[in-house]
Order: sequence, then C-alpha cells, then structure tokens
Amino acid sequence: MIGSNVPLLPRGVRLHYDKVREKNVLLGPERALILDDISNIILAQLDGERSVDVICKDLAETYTAPIDQITTDTLALLTDLANKRLLEARSD
Amino acid sequence: MLAELTHVCPLACPYCSNPLDLTKRSAELDTETWSRVFREAADLGVLQIHLSGGEPASRRDLVELVVAARDAGLYTNLITSGIGLNEDKLSQLDEVGLDHIQLSLQGITAELADRIGGYKGGFERKMHVAERIAAVGFPLTLNAVMHRHNLDDLPATIALAERLGARRVEVACVQFHGWAEANRGQLQPTADQVRAAKATVDDERERLKGQIVIDFVAPDWFADFPKACMGGWGSTGLNITPAGDVLPCHAAESIPSLTFANVTDQSLAKIWYEDAAFNAFRGTDWMPELCQTCERRDIDFGGCRCQAMAVLGDASATDPVCRKSPGRVAVDALLEGPVSDEPFVYRVRV
Repeated sequence: MIGSNVPLLPRGVRLHYDKVREKNVLLGPERALILDDISNIILAQLDGERSVDVICKDLAETYTAPIDQITTDTLALLTDLANKRLLEARSD
Repeated sequence: MLAELTHVCPLACPYCSNPLDLTKRSAELDTETWSRVFREAADLGVLQIHLSGGEPASRRDLVELVVAARDAGLYTNLITSGIGLNEDKLSQLDEVGLDHIQLSLQGITAELADRIGGYKGGFERKMHVAERIAAVGFPLTLNAVMHRHNLDDLPATIALAERLGARRVEVACVQFHGWAEANRGQLQPTADQVRAAKATVDDERERLKGQIVIDFVAPDWFADFPKACMGGWGSTGLNITPAGDVLPCHAAESIPSLTFANVTDQSLAKIWYEDAAFNAFRGTDWMPELCQTCERRDIDFGGCRCQAMAVLGDASATDPVCRKSPGRVAVDALLEGPVSDEPFVYRVRV
C-alpha cells in the first residue's frame, strides 16, 4: 500500500452498524472486526475514488492534525487489512 | 452462528461432521422458523450466519433463506460442496446479496475427490461451479479437508485455489469426531506429513501475502496444547441443527449428559443465556484444578469438550491433547494405533 493507491472495500467486505454492541464492525469472510474510533474514521473515507494521500490530506484538515501521523496510521491500518484480504488497492 | 439447514447431501464423505444420527427432510425447520431464528440471532448480537448442512443447496428455499438472513442484518456465508448450485441459482443468490461462498474440496483429482465424496462426477461438477462462482464475482474460500490420502497434495491444493481466484484457503485437517472417528485408521495423517504441511503453509503464506489468506487447522493430536474449542464454550458461537436444536458446538451431541433446547420451544436469547447445555462448560468454574491453575486457562479454555468425551469418556476433563494432562497417554496410544487400508465407512445418505 502506497500513498497514490486508491483503497476500497472489495465485494464481500462491508461496514455494518451493530445495534447490540453499538459499534461499527467490518464484516468479511470468516471475519468480524469491531472498529475503534480511528479505524472508523479512516474506513468511512473509502469511496473508491480518492487515494490514500488525498484521504490523509482531507483528514489532516478536518481534524487539524499533523499529516505525517495521520499518514502513518492510515497506511498501517490499510496495509494490515490488505494483507487479510479485507481491502483492495487500485493503482491509477 | 452455524445454521445446519439440512442433513441431505449428495456426497458421503467419511469424515462428515454431521452426527451419526441424521435428521430426515420431513423433520427440518421450515422457512418461516429459520427466518425468525435469523432475526432472533441478529437481535442477540450474532453478526455472521454460516448456511451449511449437509448440502444447503438441497434446500429449495435457499434463496429465500438468504433474503431472510440479509433482512435480519446478518453477513451470509454459504458453505457448500457446489453440487446443486447451477447457474440460475447462483445468479439468484447474487441478486439477493449472498456475501461469500465457501466451497469444499475433497481432493485435487477427480479420482481421489470422487472416491472421498462417494459421488462419481462430483469433482468435475464442482470445478464447473467454481468457474461460475468466479464469473459472478462472489468472494470465494476453498475449504480443503485434509488427511492421509491428500495432505501430500497441499501445494497443488493451494495452486488450485490460486487458479480458481480464491481469496482464502482453509486447510482443515480432519478432526476425529462423528463419522471420522469410524475412519481414524484410514484417515490419520503421519507425523512426517503434518511437519511437511506446516512448512508448506509457512512458505505459501509468505509467497501469497496479500493475495490469498491461508488458515491452517493443524491436527491437534500432534500439538502440545489443545485447540481453544469455539473460543470458549458458549462464548462466541452456536450451532443450530436441521430440526432446530441449539448446540454450543456442532459435535456437542456426542456428550451424552447434555440435552438441548429447541428453537420451536424457546427464544434463541433464552437458550443462549439460560440453557443448561450452554452453561455446562461456560466460563472457568467447570474446569478441573489442572486448567483452573494453568497460565493458559484463558487461551485454551480447557480445550475441546467433545475430544475429552471421545478419548477419555469424561467431557469435563482437560483436553487429552494437552501435554500437562494425564490423559495425554491415551492420545499418544491412538497416534500409534494401526494404519488401516480398509474401505472407508461412508456417511449414510438421508
């Protein structure tokens, strides 16, 4: 996963609001990940159009946070999900 | 939650995880009851439903059941041999939002696969279905059940998964419960095979990183510590039989001291929280001293209750796979038991 990749959830992986736990979860084949606040914010950004770089820039502006930190966290999460085959990266 | 919709199946695998006492078609829950159970499951906090069997495609209402599960808010996974899933059925399942398909694999050649499944022509049909699954675009997991006759084919099995475009491979070594217990001598892999399989899995995981996820269920008899059965009895999973009995795990009926509640009599929530079978081994109070005081208490949860029952005749004993268990000698004795070239004892057809 690199900054210019466009990350997206592949077919069979979706975000779901669990009304019992009152949390968002990421559901995929044989997987259910309960999302923490940061993962939630990042995954809500995936629209299949914006690259990791653009997403991080937007987040840095929205949360007035340092872009380096946001980029590190975002790449770590997305790479982990990609290795679990819960995320795909398109290189435009 | 595992929903065993039916015990009807065209295959007759000698390691089938269904119980020896199979349920007839006429005793299966109807569409309406399953649909209610799916809603109750979602309300209870269940996130994923595994539609299994037998062969779930043998249920005429399979598409309706997927609709009901999706309407309830559940992630839907179809666990199938592929037999009975024609093009028309697959496009219907696609339309109603089936999330994922797990396709079983009995072997990588027609000769072996059809011999294991007891169904001539099954492998060819399965490969055809796999192509259709890929054409629709369903995410696919290949579930390869492994034993002495096919464990050496593991590299070729993973290569087949690559060719079929699978995202995941489950390499599941046979567990000796139910039908498999009657075929132990025929199916038990050797220690060398298990070692080679572990090395293959390590190499292939590295090679296929980001492309295919490999889950490996190693034969626990060769391990030092037991498997954490169901992540802890009555903690994260439940199983519903074709007739509606609610089990803490799919093999729980092998424990004779337990009786099970039925979804036609009680709500799923009441069963989950109050039923004696769910509370029998829930938490840590039931454990023998050995497990209570063990640093792995909350890792293994005492291991598999059905294995303790099968090997030691005591469902509340420490899993005899554990090196700390006095029962380990019984597992070692079984491992040294005779290899059998007798014909398989096939699962009977309903």
